[in-house]
Amino acid sequence: MTISRREFLQMLAIASAAGINLSGCESGTDSTTAAAGVKPGKGPGDLYELPAFGNVSVLHYTDCHAQLLPIYFREPNINLGVGSMAGNAPHLVGEALLKAYGIAPGSAEAHAFTYLDFEAASRRFGKVGGFAHLSTLVKRIRAQRPGALLLDGGDTWQGSATSLWTNAQDMVDAQLLLGVDIMTAHWEMTYGADRVREIVENDFKDRIDFVAQNIVDSEWNEQVFKPYVIRSINGVPTAIIGQAFPYTPIANPRHMISEWSFGIRDERMQEMVDKARSEGAQVVILLSHNGMDVDLKMATRVTGIDAIMGGHTHDGVPAPVVVSNAGGKTLVTNAGSNGKFLGVLDLDVKNGKVSDYRYRLLPVFSNLLPADTEMAGYIDKVRAPYQDKLSEKLAVTDDLLYRRGNFNGTFDQVICDGLMEVTGAQIAFSPGFRWGVSVLPGETITMDQLMTQTAITYPNVTLNNMNGTRIKEILEDVADNLFNQDPYYQQGGDMVRVGGLKYSIDPTAEIGNRISDMEYDGAPLDANKDYLVAGWASVQETPAGDTGRPIWDVVAEYLRDKKTLKSTILNEPKIKGMDGNPGFAPI
Amino acid sequence: MTNMKRRTLLKGTLAASAVGMAIGTGLLTPRIVLAAWPKDSFDAKTVDAALNGLFGSSTLEGNDKIKIKVPDIAENGAVVPVSVEVEMTGVESISILAEKNATPLTSSYTLGSNTDPFVATRIKLGKTSSVIAVVKAGGKLYSAGKEVKVTIGGCGG
Repeated sequence: MTISRREFLQMLAIASAAGINLSGCESGTDSTTAAAGVKPGKGPGDLYELPAFGNVSVLHYTDCHAQLLPIYFREPNINLGVGSMAGNAPHLVGEALLKAYGIAPGSAEAHAFTYLDFEAASRRFGKVGGFAHLSTLVKRIRAQRPGALLLDGGDTWQGSATSLWTNAQDMVDAQLLLGVDIMTAHWEMTYGADRVREIVENDFKDRIDFVAQNIVDSEWNEQVFKPYVIRSINGVPTAIIGQAFPYTPIANPRHMISEWSFGIRDERMQEMVDKARSEGAQVVILLSHNGMDVDLKMATRVTGIDAIMGGHTHDGVPAPVVVSNAGGKTLVTNAGSNGKFLGVLDLDVKNGKVSDYRYRLLPVFSNLLPADTEMAGYIDKVRAPYQDKLSEKLAVTDDLLYRRGNFNGTFDQVICDGLMEVTGAQIAFSPGFRWGVSVLPGETITMDQLMTQTAITYPNVTLNNMNGTRIKEILEDVADNLFNQDPYYQQGGDMVRVGGLKYSIDPTAEIGNRISDMEYDGAPLDANKDYLVAGWASVQETPAGDTGRPIWDVVAEYLRDKKTLKSTILNEPKIKGMDGNPGFAPI
Repeated sequence: MTNMKRRTLLKGTLAASAVGMAIGTGLLTPRIVLAAWPKDSFDAKTVDAALNGLFGSSTLEGNDKIKIKVPDIAENGAVVPVSVEVEMTGVESISILAEKNATPLTSSYTLGSNTDPFVATRIKLGKTSSVIAVVKAGGKLYSAGKEVKVTIGGCGG
């Protein structure tokens, strides 16, 4: 069942009458702060009719991963927080998330922010995102808020077939058309330093500021990009500082950006905040690709930032977390992924200071927002040359396919199964990326959809013999990047997806002790015996065991051969010590 | 001095400009600079043995006047940037050790009496390890350290 706009509004009205706070953005109990709490929504009305507030507004989307068209995207049912992060945003899933933010079960917002009843809710509320629909929303919000800036948090140029095949040009032109003012980066770097420079110096010249305080020349330690810009919004000087993904040269191939060094660089961040303030900035906003846990820690250490508008970890967080630090309070937000959300931050700046705020993370429901004609025309045009390849039907899936979650998603499972079947490997590893669309049961998987899971510039499948000891080392290493209790030692991806191998994991343990009970083919994994392991996305310049075949090629072969995916059985590890964790809702 | 070395010298002096010395950069090895090269300390397999060799003691006192700057996660374990700045007077030497390296002592700098106590260099880390700065001042040993993670990489969001 697909609901109409009218029915949708009626539902909102009912939810509202039932006392549900549709603004979904209570900011906590601390109302004594300069940045005071958000008042509950006014009642029934258009989800997108936001009364303007204050005098400085900033719109923010992040991690769209090149999804120009509307898609389905299932939020995780496992997003564990450990240590001090346990039970806190963004480590809340499903009903725990709804409860924490006062979102009505079964509502459109519940669908946007959680995995609950995903298939039925997807059929009911329709697809999300798409640049033509996002564009309509941006125009509408901007019309209510003259002077508002549009920030792009990065991971915009990567994630689709057309972004890969046009060398990111399709997204660059889409950003220009959308009216992006300022961006920072992560996956952008996987097109190589020369391509990034080319776009920043030519396409973006005088139109989009590319900011990153934490990228320096690795030899001279000099700033590569502008660290921040100061823009006047309705006469209020507002600094936007950029923070690129700190671990780009580790999580992605370093050889593609070998002359640049990244890192978190707290001290430099503080210097930039202080410098911007000394130059007259009355508002300082950090456009961050740190990931939310890193942002939350940074907000305790760096003072003078009014709001961190974050991404990377793909957390759709309905309300800001208010973090106290030695200099006052900092709002920390995270705006989800894949074009699903637009964050709207309104600040009331009085006497040179932020005195109050409102924040909404608006889900972009494609059925409720008419496509912007110009953007829709552009998307059609840019995709047209590739239409035959994109629309190739590969196989019908009987099950819901999705990726996002700390451990194997069903789409990862298909990739691992394909890797093992096509290459003859005993064990398959697939990276714990957080992008890639969901496919509903009964849908035919197209090449376009497969590419949303695999389109990267270093896609080759590798085949190597590894002994049990080495396999354990890899699992321990990746698990520590995800579950280290200090967020500054995390990298923000999810756990490597595994086919063929069974194991248990205790996320609360230390590195070296998280992984146990490793089994292959019903027997304990032999520490000294070699197993044939397939993988992809090696960050090495010349990967060991490179087969020369891109991953989409291998998975497409598998799917064409299968024709129908009857039942996709998730090879999830046994997860220990997480019962009762609000980020844990095993299916 | 060849041109290539000149480039290295420029790099070295920039990195350690406050001290104006290039020992830690590999241009002038301590072997050449120091009359008595503490071979045993640089070959020592543990932090304590290295310190005992250098100072005749391995008793360290933690001190927050020592600011050690290292990345949380190394981008490249082969060249990890480290800098140490000390807000104390009478600093006689600064040594940098990587606890888990096969030979932990990476470098040791003997400072003149009017030298600003700041050194910057790059060290090699075989695996995740504490990086420790040991400062000798007024005849006592002080230290500060921070863990640097070395990871296989990949799999990022």
